[in-house]
Amino acid sequence: MIRELSFIDVLYLIAATRWTLALTAIAFLGGGIVGLTVALLRVSSFLPLRWLGAIYVHAVQGTPLLAWLFVFFFGLSIFGFTVSPWLAAAAAYSIYAGAFLGEIWRGCLQAIPRTQWEAGASLGLGFTQQLRYIIVPQALRLAIPPTVGFLVQLIKNTSLAAVIGFIELTREGQLTTATTFRPFTVYLIVAAIYFALCFPLTQWSRRLERRLHVAR
Amino acid sequence: MTYSFQFRDVFAAWEFMLEGLVLTLELSLVTMAVGLAIGLAGAAARVYGATWLKRTVAVYVETIRNTPLIVQLFLIFFGLPSAGLKFDAGTAAMIALSINLGAYSIEIIRAGLEAIPRSQIEAGQSLGLTPVQIYRYVIIFPALKMMFPALSSQFVLLMLATSVVSQISAQDLFHMASIIQSRTFRDFEVYIVVAAAYLVLALLFRLAFACIYHLVFARR
Repeated sequence: MIRELSFIDVLYLIAATRWTLALTAIAFLGGGIVGLTVALLRVSSFLPLRWLGAIYVHAVQGTPLLAWLFVFFFGLSIFGFTVSPWLAAAAAYSIYAGAFLGEIWRGCLQAIPRTQWEAGASLGLGFTQQLRYIIVPQALRLAIPPTVGFLVQLIKNTSLAAVIGFIELTREGQLTTATTFRPFTVYLIVAAIYFALCFPLTQWSRRLERRLHVAR
Repeated sequence: MTYSFQFRDVFAAWEFMLEGLVLTLELSLVTMAVGLAIGLAGAAARVYGATWLKRTVAVYVETIRNTPLIVQLFLIFFGLPSAGLKFDAGTAAMIALSINLGAYSIEIIRAGLEAIPRSQIEAGQSLGLTPVQIYRYVIIFPALKMMFPALSSQFVLLMLATSVVSQISAQDLFHMASIIQSRTFRDFEVYIVVAAAYLVLALLFRLAFACIYHLVFARR
């Protein structure tokens, strides 16, 4: 049934934004764990582990996120799991975010001069101790601006979860369009909400980056 | 696990895949060309233009970069017809992707332009080069060389992002996957094969960009 687009629809869209944020949070958490593992693999001193990390990153960055969503949504059910859109989205986004975060954090770890590791070694620290007390505290400072920047990508890309029926902002927009038949206005509102979420983060990331350059 | 993988039905539908692959390649190549053109012009406007022009370009870049591609695509394909602008799926996809990549290219090339030292431009001026010549020889070439890695990975990401156009039923590789899926019911196999196809495409594009870099930039 077609009805008029009203203010209540806008409220529904804003309410659906929480699922966009929830999915972003889950993806960031899962992606953070995977990313940390990947980053550590890629700086490890054991060659096969470095390869493993590199293969993972290239495989994920060379395939569309949509493919991962579909593989998990349709694929896991053949192993006897009942797959909800939530589970499929959480798995797909963790894998996706893990590759990109891993690559960002690897860059930050490698930006710390080799001599810092050596200084740690000469103090008698082991690999994990060097990482924990010397490298990570310095790398963390470098990592924050690009990580915030990637968060923007993540928020935008959660929109793709709409295609497997995950109800978030974009999906809610599709549903609203279906009942009101006002696609232009609805998608404009949807875009505006995404912009309101992402733009402050973009600006923040830029400010952080500028401050980092001043500090050095 | 009792599931047995059967890729035969999927590979039997290779003609569909090929058809989809053609549109995916077409979309990628056209969008890359248009996106690069928008990037070059927009970045020049953003850095050297009048204040109003700088602001306009900045608004365009920020608007596009802070909203999802799929929403931009829906806005153009589903939204614009109510304003009297109607496109078929392929054209809408091309417009949306070009606008999207254009914004990212402007931002990347702008960073390259700003890294060119002021003294280089002054050296060009003192040699009597016209502004266009300065932009062409002194500014854009070194800037592109510097930003080539960033630009080419953005282009590869765009190629992968073309899969999103399947959602407005443009007949690209990903859309063909869903057609094969509905014919064979081999969900998992179809998407594995398609993911592998994109992976190969991504590797080929990276290879092509590496070749371009060596041919155009490396020895100068």
